[in-house]
Amino acid sequence: MNEADALERACRQHRGRVLATLIRLFGSFDAAEEAFQDAVVAALTRWPRDGVPHEPAAWLLVTARNRALDRIRREGRRADKELAGEAPWLRAGPVDPADVVAEADALSVPDDRLRLIFTCCHPALAVDAQVALTLRTLGGLTTTEVAHAYLVPEATMAQRIVRAKAKIAGAGIPYAVPAREALPERLGAVLQVVYLVFNEGYSATAGEELVRHELCGEAIRLGRLLVELVPDEPEVAGLLALMLLHDARRSTRVDDDGSLVRLGDQDRSAWDRDQIADGVRLVETAMSARRIGRYQVEAAIAALHAEAPTSDATDWPQIAALYGVLHRLAPSPVIVLNRAVAVAMAEGPLRGLRLVDQVAGDPSLERLHLYHATRGHLLAELGRRADAAVAYERALALAGTTAEQDLLRARLADLRA
Amino acid sequence: MRYMLLIYSDPSSYATMTEEDGARMMGEYFAFTQAIVESGEFLAGDPLQGIDTATTVRVRGGQRTTTDGPFAETKEVLGGYYLVDCADLDRALELATKIPHVRNGSVEVRPLQELGQA
Repeated sequence: MNEADALERACRQHRGRVLATLIRLFGSFDAAEEAFQDAVVAALTRWPRDGVPHEPAAWLLVTARNRALDRIRREGRRADKELAGEAPWLRAGPVDPADVVAEADALSVPDDRLRLIFTCCHPALAVDAQVALTLRTLGGLTTTEVAHAYLVPEATMAQRIVRAKAKIAGAGIPYAVPAREALPERLGAVLQVVYLVFNEGYSATAGEELVRHELCGEAIRLGRLLVELVPDEPEVAGLLALMLLHDARRSTRVDDDGSLVRLGDQDRSAWDRDQIADGVRLVETAMSARRIGRYQVEAAIAALHAEAPTSDATDWPQIAALYGVLHRLAPSPVIVLNRAVAVAMAEGPLRGLRLVDQVAGDPSLERLHLYHATRGHLLAELGRRADAAVAYERALALAGTTAEQDLLRARLADLRA
Repeated sequence: MRYMLLIYSDPSSYATMTEEDGARMMGEYFAFTQAIVESGEFLAGDPLQGIDTATTVRVRGGQRTTTDGPFAETKEVLGGYYLVDCADLDRALELATKIPHVRNGSVEVRPLQELGQA
C-alpha cells in the first residue's frame, strides 16, 4: 500500500478518535490539534521508512502525546510540579513501538468521543458553529472541505471554527458527557446537528448541485458512531435508520440531466436494497423500545416508501396516520403538507386539498415553495388546470435550487400541453 | 470559573403583580441565594434600583457627557445580578435556570475575564 494514501486514510478515519482523547488530556482543542498535526508530520517521514503501523490510530495518539511532551519541555510551558504530578499522562516517557497499543489504551477512555460530540454540539454554540465544529473535529473533513460543502469562503469557515473553539475555552463549556437529567435535551441537539448535515447533503438549500454525497456519507458515519456510543436511546437508531433509508434512494432522485425526480417517478429497481433492509431492521428494533420520537416516525414513513413495489401500491393510509403522529410530536407546516399528499393518495385529491386549505394563510407557509407546489399538484389532479398553473408559478418564484425550478417548469409544461 | 448572571426583566410587570405573587418571588430569590451561599458558589448578588435612577457617563474627546437613562429600546432592562464561582458553563446555566426571573425575563450568563488571561 502507498504510505501517503495510508496516512491520508488513517488521518481521516481516526482523527476524531485521537483528537477526542488528546483534548481530554490537554484540556484544549488547539493544543490537541497542534499535537495531532505534529504526529501526522512525524508519520510522513516514519511510515515510508518503517512501514505503516498495524494500529495507525494508536500510533498517532502516542506519537501526538510524545510530541506534545517534547514541546512542553522545550518551551517550558508548564511548571515542573505540573510535569511531575497532577497530569498523569505527562509522566510517561516515549514508548517502545511494540507497546504502542497498550500505551494508547492506557491513555484513552471509552467516553472520549462522546465527550467530544456533546461539546461540539453544546447549545451555547450557534447551530452553524456546532455543525462546522462537529464536521471538523469529529468527522474527517478539513476546513476547506467543510467550507466547500457549505458554499462559504474558507476564511469564513475557519473564522467560525476558531470562534467556536474560543467560546468553548472562554465560557468554560465542559468537556463532559451531560448528567442523566440533561441528556435528552442535549442528545436532541446532537441529533439535530447530524440531521442538518445529512439534509444539507441530501437536499442542498443552495447551489447548482442537488445532492452533496460527501455530507450524506459523513452524517451516516456520525450516526453509526452515535448508535455505537449511545445504544439504548431509540431516537439515535431512528435517526440512523432515517438517513440510511433516504440515502438508499439517492442515485434515483436526480436524473442524468441533473433534474429532480419525484418519488413516484423514481426507478425503484435502482434503490439500494441492502441499505433499505438495514434501515428497516434498525427502525423496527428502535420502535420495539416503545419510546416513540420524531426520527423513529420519520424512519417508519421512509421504510413504508422504500418497501413499496410501486407508488400506487404504497400503504398511504398508514403513511397518513404516521404523519398525524409526527405532527403531534413536532408540529410543522411541512408535515401538514406531507400528510395532505398521503391523504390525497389514500382518499383522493379533494380530501388532500381540504387539508392544505385548512392551513392556508399561515405566512411561513406562504413563503414555502413546497406549499404552492403541493397545492398545484392537488389542483392538477382535480383537473383545475388554471388554478394549478397559478400555484406552480408561485412555487417557481420561491424555489431555491435550479433542479427544483426545473421540476416545476416541467409540471407547468405538462399542464399547458 | 467565575460567571456573572445578569438578570433582565420588564419593570412594568411589577405593577401588575399581586402582593401574593411578589411575596412568592421574594421567597424564591431568598431560597436560591441561600442555596448557592451554602454550596459555596455565591460571591455577590443584588437587585438594582429602577432604570429611572440610572445615569450614563461618556467621555468623548476629553469632554464628559452625563445623560439620564439609558432608555432602552427593549422592554427588558438589567434588574439585578449574581456573581458566582462554579465548575463550568453547564453549572452556571443550571444556576441561571433557577433564578425566578428566568420564567418571565431572561438571564444572560457571562464568564468573567480573569486578569492576565487573553
